Amino acid sequence: MHDGEIDKHRRRFLTTAATVVGGVGVAASSIPFISTMMPSAKTKAIGAPIEVDISDMKPGERKTVKWQGKPVWILRRSQETLNALSSLNTEVRDPDSSEEQQPPYAKNEYRSIKPEYLVVIGLCTHLGCSPSYVTAADQEDLGPDWKGGFFCPCHGSRFDLAGRVFKGVPAPANLVVPRYRFVTDTRILLGDDTGTG
Amino acid sequence: MDKIMKYLCALLDWIDARFPLTKLWNEHLAKYYAPKNFNFWYFFGSLALLVLVIQIVTGIWLTMNYKPSAEDAFASVEYIMRDVEWGWWMRYMHSTGSSAFFIVIYLHMFRALLYGSFKKPRELLWLTGMFIYLTLMGEAFFGYLLPWGQMSYWGAQVIISLFGAIPVIGDSLALWIRGDYVVSDVTLNRFFSFHVIAMPLVLLGLVFVHILALHEVGSNNPDGVEIKKKKDEHGVPLDGIPFHPYYTVKDIVGVVVFLIFFSMVVFYNPEMGGYFLEHNNFIPADPLKTPEHIAPVWYFTPYYAILRAIPSQVAGVFAMGLAVMLFFFLPWLDRSPVKSIRYRGWKYRLALTAFTISFLALGWLGMQVAIPTYTWLARVFSVIYFMFFVFMPFYTSTDNDKPVPERVRYP
Repeated sequence: MHDGEIDKHRRRFLTTAATVVGGVGVAASSIPFISTMMPSAKTKAIGAPIEVDISDMKPGERKTVKWQGKPVWILRRSQETLNALSSLNTEVRDPDSSEEQQPPYAKNEYRSIKPEYLVVIGLCTHLGCSPSYVTAADQEDLGPDWKGGFFCPCHGSRFDLAGRVFKGVPAPANLVVPRYRFVTDTRILLGDDTGTG
Repeated sequence: MDKIMKYLCALLDWIDARFPLTKLWNEHLAKYYAPKNFNFWYFFGSLALLVLVIQIVTGIWLTMNYKPSAEDAFASVEYIMRDVEWGWWMRYMHSTGSSAFFIVIYLHMFRALLYGSFKKPRELLWLTGMFIYLTLMGEAFFGYLLPWGQMSYWGAQVIISLFGAIPVIGDSLALWIRGDYVVSDVTLNRFFSFHVIAMPLVLLGLVFVHILALHEVGSNNPDGVEIKKKKDEHGVPLDGIPFHPYYTVKDIVGVVVFLIFFSMVVFYNPEMGGYFLEHNNFIPADPLKTPEHIAPVWYFTPYYAILRAIPSQVAGVFAMGLAVMLFFFLPWLDRSPVKSIRYRGWKYRLALTAFTISFLALGWLGMQVAIPTYTWLARVFSVIYFMFFVFMPFYTSTDNDKPVPERVRYP
């Protein structure tokens, strides 16, 4: 190799090597920027199980409680309501709850541990609005065949009184049943299901 | 007097030797030749710049009193409105500014559709403009969460859930955007960061690139004739006039008229009947209860109507995204040799009319409660909306275009 002569091969190798090493460095430094935006340790810690008293609930009544920042509904259903559920099997998208929108112990006809009490997260599976509870007697225009259920004001999705989604609406899946258990007959522990089913 | 002028000239020489001040002035204003036949539609670029300045300045002042936490946000906005001197004015300028921004941008984009300003050689100009539009949507979305009212909260919940609907990565992506399992204080805090620094920086950068690209290719005009093709002996386009003073003065007239309308809204009707500031947003965010009727602010409603029209989650989100993204492909979808609507055939005229009606109709439908009739109407208009783009290569290449003149017609 003589003075003033350029070894292009060597120069290209050095440029490539520098680009690759630099590129890896830049890519690696993106990790903290992405990770910082994930839930922090503090955020993860919030969301401990909560206990709900249901002793004062009348049939047909719905209670909304806040758990992990989300609305959770507890609905006490009458025997009549429970009997009517199977008549909707052809109108709902997933009548047997085959999609995993509930813990195994709630994968049944009523989507609950005790048939009488439905416990679901009150957020539409479409885009996360909280649907309204509309009974058959309510004066809302949901048709003469409406047997009561939940109606999402955002995009018109409908769910029955077991939180099952009707066909022909934008929501793709049934309402989510959170993990829960009965501590006593009248107290529910949300977010903890140790010892259940 | 002469002495002062002499010193000023010397100062300018001193600067010019160190920074291209005179060069910049000439290249972008005094010797930037724009077509002489600009009309009404050519006000909206400079007006968009004006609104950008209004938003940045009022935004900085609002930030002095706003608190980005779930606990304090709503109250701090009320504090600005009631207790801060001129705080109401600052806030209404900013909220009216956001709607004005979209009005001006939509008209600016419509101008491009009228006169083919997105066509060769202005493809990159159009693309940078589209990136500005996307960034503006992000900026508006992040800003809308900040007052922490009911519409802020549930609007953010819905839009973030749109990302959650993307197959496979959706859930993690939504979690990453929120930084929490629900829209919360964490989300509000980061949206504040995006709204006041990240998006404005990107926006300014893109606007700079947009103007640079414009001044490189030169402005289009209502006749769609390239004025650079006919130049005089000095290389000045025959149909061009210097931007300054001709169009600076013209634009000042536009600014005055715009500010009259703008002030009328700010001072007399800042909520604009619920279209600029939605009624439900005067209720603090309640994570347990969605308002009976929620709709985005008017500038997003055409896309929202498309989302609602499709009874499938993934398909709806996809169609909504596509409705925005299709604009990017316009320069390559349009196969007509003619730019301006003045010399286009009946097919493009018909298509553009149908598209404009659909866009406006979808915008209106997106604000209404989704009753079945409206859902069906939204489906019809969505189909027309997409047909405008999908069939564009066919109807533009077979249109009965008229001959384009050599020089621009005046006016």
